[in-house]
Amino acid sequence: MLCRVADSLFWMSRYLERAENQARFIDVTSSIALGYRGSEQVLWSSLLHAGGEVEHFLQRYAAPSRENVINYLLFDRRNLNSVASCLAAARENARSVREILTTPMWEAVNRFYLRVRSAAMQPELVLKHPHPFLDQIKRSAHQILGATEATWSHGEAWHFSSLGYQLERADKTSRILDVRYFILLPLSGSTGTQLDVVQWAALLESTGALQMYRRTFGRIQPVNVVDFLLRSNVFPRSLAFCMQQVQRSLAEISHSSADGVSTDAEILTTEVRDELIRLTAAEILDGGLHQFVDRFQTRLTSIGQAVSERFFELSTPVNVQ
Amino acid sequence: MAALPPTYDELLTPEGTPRHSALSESLASLTSDVLAERQKLADEELLEKGITFAVYGHNDGTEKIWPFDVVPRPIPWDEWITIEAGLKQRIRALNLFLDDVYGKGQILLDGVVPESLVKSAKTFRPECIGFRPPGGVWTHVVGTDLVRHHDGTIYVLEDNLRCPSGVSYVLENREIMKRVLPEMFYGSIIAPVDEYPERLLETLLKTAPSGSSNPTAVVLTPGIYNSAYFEHSFLAQQMGIELVTGPDLFVDDRDVVWMKTTQGPQRVDVIYRRIDDDFLDPEVFRADSMLGVAGLMRASRAGNVTLANAPGTGVADDKAVYRYVPEIIRYYLGEDAILSNVPTYVCSDPVQCDYVLGHLDELVVKPTNESGGYGILMGPVASREERERCAESIRRDPRNYIAQPMLTLSTVPTVINGKLAPRHVDLRPFILFGDPTYVLPGGLTRVALREGSMIVNSSQGGGSKDTWVLLSETPFARLYEQEQSQRTS
Repeated sequence: MLCRVADSLFWMSRYLERAENQARFIDVTSSIALGYRGSEQVLWSSLLHAGGEVEHFLQRYAAPSRENVINYLLFDRRNLNSVASCLAAARENARSVREILTTPMWEAVNRFYLRVRSAAMQPELVLKHPHPFLDQIKRSAHQILGATEATWSHGEAWHFSSLGYQLERADKTSRILDVRYFILLPLSGSTGTQLDVVQWAALLESTGALQMYRRTFGRIQPVNVVDFLLRSNVFPRSLAFCMQQVQRSLAEISHSSADGVSTDAEILTTEVRDELIRLTAAEILDGGLHQFVDRFQTRLTSIGQAVSERFFELSTPVNVQ
Repeated sequence: MAALPPTYDELLTPEGTPRHSALSESLASLTSDVLAERQKLADEELLEKGITFAVYGHNDGTEKIWPFDVVPRPIPWDEWITIEAGLKQRIRALNLFLDDVYGKGQILLDGVVPESLVKSAKTFRPECIGFRPPGGVWTHVVGTDLVRHHDGTIYVLEDNLRCPSGVSYVLENREIMKRVLPEMFYGSIIAPVDEYPERLLETLLKTAPSGSSNPTAVVLTPGIYNSAYFEHSFLAQQMGIELVTGPDLFVDDRDVVWMKTTQGPQRVDVIYRRIDDDFLDPEVFRADSMLGVAGLMRASRAGNVTLANAPGTGVADDKAVYRYVPEIIRYYLGEDAILSNVPTYVCSDPVQCDYVLGHLDELVVKPTNESGGYGILMGPVASREERERCAESIRRDPRNYIAQPMLTLSTVPTVINGKLAPRHVDLRPFILFGDPTYVLPGGLTRVALREGSMIVNSSQGGGSKDTWVLLSETPFARLYEQEQSQRTS
């Protein structure tokens, strides 16, 4: 497969996943904010913390009000991670590899893009009542995933797309856990003060994990929440699960190559995954969750770079044997 | 001015009787509300499927859907047979002409076509002299523009021998037509168009350089901002081959072409290139081209890669050379041209030029090497200043202009604001030249949506229609119908 095509598939998938996560984060935050007793602005700005976007936001908006944050995260094209920006980028990438995608996939991406574009023309309607639109975003994203699973050969192209999805997903789950945990910790603490179940449930919901968590652990305990989101082998948004998928796709891609040698990306991924298996949630919390997430994200970036160097940037040899 | 003769309508005779009863009945059974609703449905489909073309000079929202009209343009079978034979004849002769012009130049020595005219064409490529493409195929893909005048005759307006586009719309229009207006098909038997991608792939692979047992073909596009990008990606998808951009390819020092893949370099044998000669290879043509691939011409001349179409074919669709196509056909094939040429005055000839300058108010003047309908003067409807400016341009560079009598393009009913109104159309059939030569039944019907306008180009307010070669009017189809009715009765 062409290097350029692999690159575009990877980024198309990352942007689609990013848009879906953005929508889920906003949806959950909107829900908590209703009848909320604390500061709404602190609540909304936590979303900006998760994306590392506080400064960028404050240069452009007066305050992290509900409307401002939602607008920034959904429609502001100056924010490269806004849903509108993500969809424009995903669609541009999709268009450049349209011949590789199946027609149902392309049409699902295109419809998603058109829906977001038309919503962005009247943002005030969405800002007043965001839930239906956010729900649409999630459904559109799932429709693409469905078309991808059901109509596309699970070959090299599929694996490059999967790499994009999994790396983005692992990144987002780790970020939201980091930020929410930071806010929730002083409230619940290890001292056994009253646990803010609503907030912990909201954290799980942000990653779409509440239902699946309940089936695994039942009652909400901070250490179990951390365990589930970091270490679950079966939940599709946990770090361990995503890394397992990355490992699998990298193996498929490089084993189909002539030399069959493990790539730097594979070695890095294996390291990260081994650590997730070896450490318990309690150990991770003891060592500091924030430090752990920080290190995890640095390594995710390295994996992305290694993939890019190995597969997307073929230098042009002068003579080929 | 004398009253204009009535325009030829493709659906109705001058007396108002339908030329194709089944189609007219289907059309009559649809109320204007239904037509308008289906038209809207078609527009939505086009948008959702992303069947768009780019408009240059804009940034966001650069893509536009190309208006599709739901009333098909019929072509009776017996007439189509003649068109098809005429197109095949023409393309065969033009390929022999190209072989000759870049080879011995016999036709020029024999004075059938003026040598100075050929050698002064901007599209004549001295770099191609002595070159012979695999199989002698210069023009793998051709899109010839035809129009029907009010006298009922079909004329060739121009031969597009370089990178003709539009075939993807032929295929997509049929698909959309079937989805939004199935009723229109009732009672008609229509030649299918779905075969094209398979035939194109066959045409490309057959001309692969000798020695490649399992050749790899690719489509080379200038990229997603090109106005025909949709078509490039559509054709690559339909053929299941890679769509590449210039930077995806490289030529090594043994003149072999490779594409950069995740598994290392992979050899390329045939390139269906949708990039003009000028931008194809910065080593040979425009050095500032960012779209092409350095060394492609080396690779082509070394016989390591086939370029489709071959470089240099533009000389045979130069609008002044066009004037000589009937002679070219007679010279190589010893036959009379089946399809009519529009009488053409070549301004590089002083006598003809004088005639043109004296009759600008009757003629259409065209630059010899422009496409997209740019730079054309419609003498009879132009203002005095426009004609004077045109005369000035002709005097400055007579080689660059030809003139023709103004033709009245035929019309087809078209949905305009929910109602049917006649609009002028042309026709671009697509021909795959090789062994065998294939002509896609029908072709692309472009329609000028503005009342009275004859400019059908997408960049200038044109739309398109589905084109039906009606098999239902063949003896075979009548037999089939009889059988059907016996079976049901």
